[in-house]
Amino acid sequence: MTNEERKNLRNGLAFCSPWLIGFCVFTAIPVGLSFYYSLCDYRILQKPMFIGAANYQMLMDDSVFWKSLKNTLYYACLAIPSAMAVSLGLAMLLNVKIAGQHFYRTIIFLPSLVPVAASCMLWLWLLNGKLGLINALLAKVGINGPAWLTDVMLTTGSGASVTNYYWAMPALAFMSLWGTGQTVTIYLAGLQDVPQELYEAAEIDGAGILGRMRHVTLPMLSPVIFFNLIMSVIGVLQVFTVPYIMTEGGPARATYFLTMYLYDNAFKFLKFGYASALAWIQLLLILSLTGIAFWTSKRWVHYQGK
Amino acid sequence: MMTTYTHPGRSAPTRGGAPRPIAAELRKRKRSHPERFFTHLALLLICAGFLLPFVWMLSTSLKQLDEAMEFPPHFIPRKIDFARYNDVPTPVPQNYINVITSKRFDFPRFSRNTLIIAGLCVIGTVISSSLVAYGFARINFRGRSVLFGIMLSTMMIPFPVLMVSMFAIYHWLGDHTPIQFLGTFKPLWIGSFFGNAFYVFLLRQFFMTIPDELSEAARIDGCSEFGIFWKIILPLSKPALTVVALFTFMGAWNDFLGPLVYLQRPEHYTLALGLQAFQSQHGGTVWNQLMAASVLIILPVITLYFLKQKAFVQGIATTGLKG
Repeated sequence: MTNEERKNLRNGLAFCSPWLIGFCVFTAIPVGLSFYYSLCDYRILQKPMFIGAANYQMLMDDSVFWKSLKNTLYYACLAIPSAMAVSLGLAMLLNVKIAGQHFYRTIIFLPSLVPVAASCMLWLWLLNGKLGLINALLAKVGINGPAWLTDVMLTTGSGASVTNYYWAMPALAFMSLWGTGQTVTIYLAGLQDVPQELYEAAEIDGAGILGRMRHVTLPMLSPVIFFNLIMSVIGVLQVFTVPYIMTEGGPARATYFLTMYLYDNAFKFLKFGYASALAWIQLLLILSLTGIAFWTSKRWVHYQGK
Repeated sequence: MMTTYTHPGRSAPTRGGAPRPIAAELRKRKRSHPERFFTHLALLLICAGFLLPFVWMLSTSLKQLDEAMEFPPHFIPRKIDFARYNDVPTPVPQNYINVITSKRFDFPRFSRNTLIIAGLCVIGTVISSSLVAYGFARINFRGRSVLFGIMLSTMMIPFPVLMVSMFAIYHWLGDHTPIQFLGTFKPLWIGSFFGNAFYVFLLRQFFMTIPDELSEAARIDGCSEFGIFWKIILPLSKPALTVVALFTFMGAWNDFLGPLVYLQRPEHYTLALGLQAFQSQHGGTVWNQLMAASVLIILPVITLYFLKQKAFVQGIATTGLKG
């Protein structure tokens, strides 16, 4: 190592030291401890007691865990594709060069600024089954709106009656579309990177609007789509605040998410070991889903000039 | 991948010099009247949909409770009750005064708490993230790319995964050291003084665009590495630092789960937590006050956005594209 290299190493580590310390204290140690706790019977007031994989075994037989996992994945299936379609569509509309473009972009972006707690209050009121604006508007066109977040429906089958909860989850997914402005902004930036010549060439070759979208816009935008997909997978798997405030997981756990079960185990039942095992399942789920996304990305993500 | 993001309102730079005749013809056709008309129509309808919740919130926040609970509802309040100060009417609606002076929703205290936490987070994040970003962007040291890779991968670890063990650590520290963490603001801001991976990444991208010659010239003049950072790089990076400060502030202002886990007494609540407590105590029935409280929480953020619109848009665009 030359003098120059040694000096660089010293300076580099000095500048990075806040993160190096932070990484150890706020990431590495908690992650390690969390793994250790997940193998322990640990209630916050007692010392952790090593019990091996028992927490994970219990999780496998825990119907509430499976319910919360199913709900989380169901929400992901509702929210991720619809958010992607809506934000891409909006970005394309907002990319058309017309008067008032700036105004339109501002309006679409505004809701994404609203603090979650406030937008929960607002949507609780909008989705109110008796007095809410959404049902009032639906009534104007002759639709008798459901109770949305507290919607319960009984289906009587052969002998046994089954309770179904239809609208709570779709209502939450619909609400999430309101705050899609940030994603739209990212897509807009991506759209401006698509060379105009490609569209012109495609048009000369006889491609219509759909053809240009399919063969120019989507491939050119695929890195941005991929980025947004990864971010939304990570985001959706840790949904907590909205259902916690709006439904408390109800009706009958129809909107009970993985992170809520984690929170309840830790801070309501004080089962820190069990909660840590849940946290690890959640982390592995995120890693494997993003891993799958990365793996498939070779087939559909096109990087320009790389 | 480099990108140019054009701010809305400014036209995109033309590419490739003079347009070819066919291309010009095509462009003209593309902006034909019916197409433009339908784009306007679609955008107007969508924007109306996006704005409707805001209008509804504002409208409810100005109504009397019984008027707010009417069905079918109407948008324009019959009579807005304005507060009176020494019998002189003021332009502030009474509902807002009721919220601000309500015992259940201690607005002044919650705002103060939120501002303290958000302020400390902004200071911590701006200082620490810019230092770290400088290290990663402008000093070529051994192991840099490995460390940077590790840092990026930590962005995948969500807070819920860490919160249980972090809580246990703070609990342990409270028992074994004289410093209390749980039930204070500390857990909510301390972490921000140790660099945030996301903002380090954002600042690094910006620092890398500053020409190396500037640093070299200063180095020849005998300037220390910290001097270069402080006197040359930081002053040139104000736009990027603004973005980091804004986003950190917004993040702290919006945060719900952090305060929910770490704050225990109502007098420590932040606005977001206080609003939820207010709602759950009332069983969500005083809709006019709830909406007024929501407006009060949203207003500062929207104001900030209109003051610093360009920074917002560019910041978000950068996050998604300069990977």
